[in-house]
Amino acid sequence: MKADPKADPTAEPQYMIRFDKVGKRYGDHQVLRDLDFTVRPRERCTLIGPSGSGKTTILRLLMTLERVTSGTIEVDGELLSHMRRGDRLVPADEKHLRRVRRKVGMVFQQFNLFPNMNVLRNITEAPVRVLGRSREEAEQRAMELLEMVGLSGKADAHPGRLSGGQQQRVAIARALAMEPEILLLDEVTSALDPELVAGVQSLLRDIASEGNLTILCVTHEMNFARDISDRVLMFDHGQIVEEGPPEKIFSDPVEQRTRDFLQAVLQT
Amino acid sequence: MNPCSSDLPGTVGEAMPFLCDGALVTAQATLGGAALALVLAFAAGLAMLSPRRLVRVPARVYMEFFRGTSVIVQMFWIFFALPVLTGYRLAPLAAGILALGLNLGAYGAEVVRGGVLAVPRAQREAAIALNFSPYQRMRYVIMPQALAAMLPPLNNLLIELLKATSLVSAISVGDLIFESKALINSGSDRAVVMVLVMVIYLLYAGLITAVMRLLERRMARMLGREVRPLWPRRRRRSAGGELTVAAGGAR
Repeated sequence: MKADPKADPTAEPQYMIRFDKVGKRYGDHQVLRDLDFTVRPRERCTLIGPSGSGKTTILRLLMTLERVTSGTIEVDGELLSHMRRGDRLVPADEKHLRRVRRKVGMVFQQFNLFPNMNVLRNITEAPVRVLGRSREEAEQRAMELLEMVGLSGKADAHPGRLSGGQQQRVAIARALAMEPEILLLDEVTSALDPELVAGVQSLLRDIASEGNLTILCVTHEMNFARDISDRVLMFDHGQIVEEGPPEKIFSDPVEQRTRDFLQAVLQT
Repeated sequence: MNPCSSDLPGTVGEAMPFLCDGALVTAQATLGGAALALVLAFAAGLAMLSPRRLVRVPARVYMEFFRGTSVIVQMFWIFFALPVLTGYRLAPLAAGILALGLNLGAYGAEVVRGGVLAVPRAQREAAIALNFSPYQRMRYVIMPQALAAMLPPLNNLLIELLKATSLVSAISVGDLIFESKALINSGSDRAVVMVLVMVIYLLYAGLITAVMRLLERRMARMLGREVRPLWPRRRRRSAGGELTVAAGGAR
C-alpha cells in the first residue's frame, strides 16, 4: 500500500473507505451528488433511506461494478476509481481495479451463485483461480466456512436445489473465502421468504460481532441495522441527511426526513 | 447386409455404391465446414462483444459480409477467382469447406454473441465481486452458461450446413448430389435415386440432432436443471386423479 502523502496532506491512513465529492449520474438522473464520507477500519455502517436514495449505488461503486461520474473513492489509502499517471488522475484500468478490489467482497440481494458449479466449487473457484490457492487448501477452508454457515452437508449440492436462505449463506461463505477486509451487504435478506430471514441475519450478526471486517450494509430491516452497526447513515436524494450511532438515530432522530422515513418503515 | 453393396435388387443395388461414396464426401464437407464454422463463430462472436472498436468492427464486417452474400457465390470466388488473383489453387473439397465454414461461421457468430448476452448480468457482477479477471469471468462463469443457450440454435445451423454442402457439387466435388446427378444422367431411375438421397440426408440430420440433444442434456444437468428421462416412463393416473410419473423425475 502506497498512500502518497504529498498528493493529499490531510489524508489520514485510518480511513478504510473515503468518498471525496463523489457524483454518480445515470443519463439525466443524478443519483449521488458531491458525496463525502469516510469509514474507519473495522467500522460497521448501515445505510438506510428510501429506495432510489443512492445507497446501493455506493456499494456498487465500491465493488467497481459502476464508475463514478465525478470525485474520487479511496480504499485503504489507495485510489479505487482512479489511478495516478504522473500528476494526473485517470480512470483506473483493469489491472489497478483488480489490485484494489482484492480488499472488497460483496453479498448480493439475489445471491448470484454460479449455476454451473456445485456449492463447494462456488466457494473454491475464486480462491483457486484468483488467489492461486491449491484446490486442497481452498476446499479445506470452504468446508470450514460451510460449517460456520451451517451447511456442511451441502458441499456437493447444486445451488438451484437449495432454499433462498441456504443460497444466501453459501454466497456469504463464498465472499468470505476471498478474505476481504471490507464486506458489502446489499439488501441481503430482501429476496428471502420471511421465515428464512432470521437465520441469515443471525449468521451475519455473528460475523459482524467478530469485529475484524469493515462492513457496509444496506438494509430495510431496522432491528438488524441496530444490531450490527456502529453507525447508521440516513440517505436521501444521494446525500447524507443524518448520521450517528444506531441508538441515537432510531430513538431520537434530529431531522424531520429521518423521522418520516423511520415512521414509514417501522409501521409495516 | 451392407447397405452400400451392389447386390441389392434393382436400381437400389445400381445406385448405392455410388451414393455411399457421395455420402462419405458429404460427411467430410459437413464435418470440415462445421469445425471451421465453430472456430470462426466463437472468434467473431466474442470479438463482437469486445469493448474495443478495433476488435469489434472487423468481426462485424466479416459477419455482415459472409451472412449477406450467398454461399455459392463465395464458393465460386474461392475456387475460380482466388487462383487468378493469388496464383494458388485449392482442391475442390477444400474450397467448398472453406466457403461453407466462412458462411456458417458468420451465422454462428450471432448465435455465440446472443448466447453470451443471454447470461444474466448479475452473474458477471458476482464474478467481478470475486475479482476474477475478464478472461476468467468468460471462461469459468459466463461461457459454461452461455453454451447451454447456444446449443439449440447451433443444432439448426449444423443442419443448415449439412444441406448447404450440396452446393459443393457445383465445383465438381463428388458429394451425394454430384453422384445422384451422374446416376440419373447414366439412366438410373430418377425417383428411386432421389428417394435414396433424401433418406441419407435425413439420417445425417437425425444423427446431428441426436448428438446435439445429448450435449443439451449434459449442459442442463450441469446447470442443475430438471432433465427429462430419455425414455419417459408411462404416466399413470393415481387415485387422486393427478398425473404421476413412475420414476426418474426429480431426484
